[in-house]
Amino acid sequence: MKTIAKHVWQAPLSAQFGLAVIVLYIFVAVFAPTLAPYGETEVVGEGFAPWNGEHWLGTDNLGRDMYSRLLYGARNTVGIAFVTTALAFLIGGLAGLVAAVKGGWVDQGLSRIVDVLMAIPQLIFALLILSVVGTTVTSLILVIALLDATRVFRLARSVAMGVVTLDFVEAARLRGEGMWWLITREVLPNTIAPLIAEFGLRFCFVFLFISALSFLGLGIKPPTADWGSMVRDNAILITFGDISPLLPAAAVAILTVGVNFVVDWMLHKSSGLKG
Amino acid sequence: MLSIIRLLSQRVALGLLSLFAVSVIIFLAVEMLPGDLAEAMLGQSATADTVAAFRAQLGLDQPPLQRFIGWMGGILQGDFGVSLANGREIGELVSTRLGNTLRLAGLAALISVPVAVLLGMLAALYRNSWFDRMLNTTALSTVSFPEFFVAYILILVFSVQLGWLPSIANITPEDSWLTVLERSMLPVITLSLVVIAQMMRMTRAALINLLSSPYIEMARLKGIKKSRIIYYHALPNALAPIITVVALNLAYLVVGVVVVEVVFVYPGLGQLLVDSVAKRDIPVVQACSLIFAVTYIALNTSADVLAIATDPRLMHPRS
Amino acid sequence: MNTKTNNDNKDVLLEIRDLRIAGHCDDEWHEIVKGIDLTLHRGEILGLIGESGAGKSTLGLAAMGYCKDGCKITGGEILFDDKDLARCSEEELRKLRGVRIAYVAQSAAASFNPSHRLIDQHVEAALQHGVSDKAKARAEAIELYRSLNMPDPEHIGERYPHQVSGGQLQRAMTAMAMACRPDIIVFDEPTTALDVTTQIEVLASIRAVVEKFGTAALYISHDLAVVAQMADRIMVLRHGKLVEEAETRKMLAAPEEAYTQSLWAVRLFSTNQKAQPETEVPLVEVRNVSAGYGAKQILEDVSFNVYKGQTVAVIGESGSGKSTTARVISGLLTPSTGSVLYNGEELPGDYRKRPREMLRKVQMIYQIPDTAINPRQTIGDIIGRPMKFYHGHKDAVVRRKVKELLALVELEPDRYIDRRPSELSGGQKQRICIARALAAEPDFIICDEVTSALDQLVAEGILKLLTRIQEKFGVSYLFITHDVATVRAIADQIVVMQQGRVVDNGSREAIFTPPHQEYTDLLLSSEPEMDPDWLDGILGRRAMASAG
Repeated sequence: MKTIAKHVWQAPLSAQFGLAVIVLYIFVAVFAPTLAPYGETEVVGEGFAPWNGEHWLGTDNLGRDMYSRLLYGARNTVGIAFVTTALAFLIGGLAGLVAAVKGGWVDQGLSRIVDVLMAIPQLIFALLILSVVGTTVTSLILVIALLDATRVFRLARSVAMGVVTLDFVEAARLRGEGMWWLITREVLPNTIAPLIAEFGLRFCFVFLFISALSFLGLGIKPPTADWGSMVRDNAILITFGDISPLLPAAAVAILTVGVNFVVDWMLHKSSGLKG
Repeated sequence: MLSIIRLLSQRVALGLLSLFAVSVIIFLAVEMLPGDLAEAMLGQSATADTVAAFRAQLGLDQPPLQRFIGWMGGILQGDFGVSLANGREIGELVSTRLGNTLRLAGLAALISVPVAVLLGMLAALYRNSWFDRMLNTTALSTVSFPEFFVAYILILVFSVQLGWLPSIANITPEDSWLTVLERSMLPVITLSLVVIAQMMRMTRAALINLLSSPYIEMARLKGIKKSRIIYYHALPNALAPIITVVALNLAYLVVGVVVVEVVFVYPGLGQLLVDSVAKRDIPVVQACSLIFAVTYIALNTSADVLAIATDPRLMHPRS
Repeated sequence: MNTKTNNDNKDVLLEIRDLRIAGHCDDEWHEIVKGIDLTLHRGEILGLIGESGAGKSTLGLAAMGYCKDGCKITGGEILFDDKDLARCSEEELRKLRGVRIAYVAQSAAASFNPSHRLIDQHVEAALQHGVSDKAKARAEAIELYRSLNMPDPEHIGERYPHQVSGGQLQRAMTAMAMACRPDIIVFDEPTTALDVTTQIEVLASIRAVVEKFGTAALYISHDLAVVAQMADRIMVLRHGKLVEEAETRKMLAAPEEAYTQSLWAVRLFSTNQKAQPETEVPLVEVRNVSAGYGAKQILEDVSFNVYKGQTVAVIGESGSGKSTTARVISGLLTPSTGSVLYNGEELPGDYRKRPREMLRKVQMIYQIPDTAINPRQTIGDIIGRPMKFYHGHKDAVVRRKVKELLALVELEPDRYIDRRPSELSGGQKQRICIARALAAEPDFIICDEVTSALDQLVAEGILKLLTRIQEKFGVSYLFITHDVATVRAIADQIVVMQQGRVVDNGSREAIFTPPHQEYTDLLLSSEPEMDPDWLDGILGRRAMASAG
């Protein structure tokens, strides 16, 4: 733990900012009910009330407290993005490692399937499937996780490919070790650093993607507080010069910037150590 | 030259195969519907007779393979079928909007490609300078912004506060090109900003990779001027990676229009797609998805083809 | 090779005084070159020799006023032409580079631009510096190609780098360095990437052309025998400092420092040859094996035997199929015809079909120890795993046995057992690999170029250790190597391979005693010897043989 603290202390300002943002968001997500003055879906007054002492950021189109919904949004939007990314990593990462370790027709088969899936633009694919199966939180998570798993597969496979050609993996194969040992003991520990960095990047992507879908009205459904749909529902205020609808968008942007800064620092560090 | 021709034809074949696979997937997506399209359209209140009649009208009583062939055959002749929502010809619905979308993406490409490549090259040349750091941080932030965030900030500044540009891009075919240009300005700028950041970062990475190669060091040790190292030693080899970066980002751009079109109420294909998804107008969704996918695959394939064609090792094979 | 005796100052071309260079690594600056003095006279060839990390390449580049990214000159002077290159502007340095001081890199394949023809890259410096016009420069290029014995000198320059072979490319690079008739050429390991039979030709060409124009040179290499052929004077470097400096003959005849002598340690080591048993069934028999990847056939009808307690060395150049042979025996590559027999029984071609007990008996040690052990496991886990896997020992037993093995490979058990590989040096890692192989208690160990990536003294230690282990446990070794000195040191039987075939096979004594088979003769005679007259001698003999 000492060394982690030391790394953080010596990190560039941008990475420290990123880490602080991440910690803050996690805090807000966990304690949203305690921090929020009103309920998530509670109608507390007139629609589009301006900022005032009672409702710090005014109210939304249906008269719900913007500030409270912004806090709950951290829980919903970030939470769903996180679960989706984790699922994508479980599916794509595991498949990528298996493909690299097994090689042969397993690798060929999986890689060709992924090639075809990746040939379709992700947003279009998501819209197509969601229009058919309908947008519930579950279908949203499953569809995006599956689509994103293809990207994770590509990366996990290519990183693992670099490791499986190394002699210590060959030595383990010649010893007679099984696939599970090869994956968990030999390959995974040596691919974990780029995979963590990729997790950060994929999270950003998924987070932006879900926000975009919600903004288009095809993502997380009302009345759940979600940053993307909050922008959509209150966008009209912008034409009157009110910046409240931009706040949820800024919330999305700040977290993404923060995560990107941290990932950038991590990638820079790992490439520096190699050289 | 044989190996290069083989590689190129392989890549084009793979592109065609992807196209076919994509059309199958788009077609099959509808098959995944619980029940079928007719039931989905008419809702639960419809009687069995109405559903059956509707089914026959849509040709849903035929086997899937036959329907697929019919669907594909129609599309190849420009016939996308009829919209479920308003009964209009999809081909007609799509054509003007496709033109609008392509104009939007084209204008954005016209601005973003030269700017991004130039900035990327400068950043790579002066890497780790304050200029590079500033550019890098800005780009990293920009790619982190949701497109609608960038769009609304631009609206807030340029149309609400300054009043220079309209916030709504409701163009019609009757508008003069000057009006069209004025109304497309904010969507084009939004799209360009997002793409420039991404493309600049990728160009920079590709060039830095190239500038660290031993033959660049050799040129420096031969006492060659920096400018000549760039255009004689680096650029001929940088062509392939830069072309790949540009084509990849153009592909992204064509898809990226969707959100921007919705924000600015721009009458393009993306908005049609989003509206149709909301209305569950499946034939239109299929048509739009197919057009987007075809453009995307075509751009990606040409990226690879150009990259192969400009690789010096492949251009001059070992006789 | 006229040896300089006068140290007249007029003759001094380049003088380096107390040079210090630091490199940036892990957010800290480390000194790579720690105060070196160097003098190069007009027309003299100065050899810089040292092991990896000695700072010799950094010093060579510094002679051109050049530092790699992440390095900087922190002190001292580099005097050339009344200028201090350590303090010159980039523009002043640029005007010297390529014209007055030129560079020949180790990897010619990577150092030529793939987009341009060889001759265009050759004449570039001359044209850019305004030394020559295009027609004249091209004519001179062709003349140089001829002097360097390149095939078809009139047209070879029209080719692209990837269209010519490695040896030719290295000569083309030497020609390119000569283009402006520089005063100094820095040769940075120019033949290290080449096979010995190609190396000898390139060495001969380089020396001829350097002598012809009287060019002074810094010749950097890790191989003292090679440097001895080229240099008038040699500086031995270690850890960025000078160990010894002397004229070539004097240094070879009477090295003052023990470290200098250790640079040819492997050549001084030799085991007693064990006689081949007459009747016994061979432990491993490779019988008429042909194998390849896809349509590409690599091995053709390879046969040889390995007996219990013996060391068989398979020697050959790159592309000879020696490593493929090892892959066939270990079961990584299934032969298309022929088979591998173990104690007279045929082994399945695919290792996945071999029983675990069989896998245990055949172990492997690799060329590059850094990639042969998992950096994320502790030494105890690495060596302990085969014990658990094959013998099912309990943790306490495993730990005790691991310590015994560590002691056997001469690593302090309690100090190393819980460490990770990154804390170990290359030689120590190779010892871990040996211990891991022994942990399985094998009968047969395949050693694939196990000493090639190691410095001489470390390599000698590994060879001694392997010999001791063989005496103690009676294991058999299959030594895959390209290095004649290693074979001469430890082989009982020798298999010579060329282009996928066994061309010669016999005991060490038989192979090394003339008359030789034709290719064996070429291979053995191409290995540079610790004798400054070796290159002249061998070239003379070959010229006579081809004339007669």
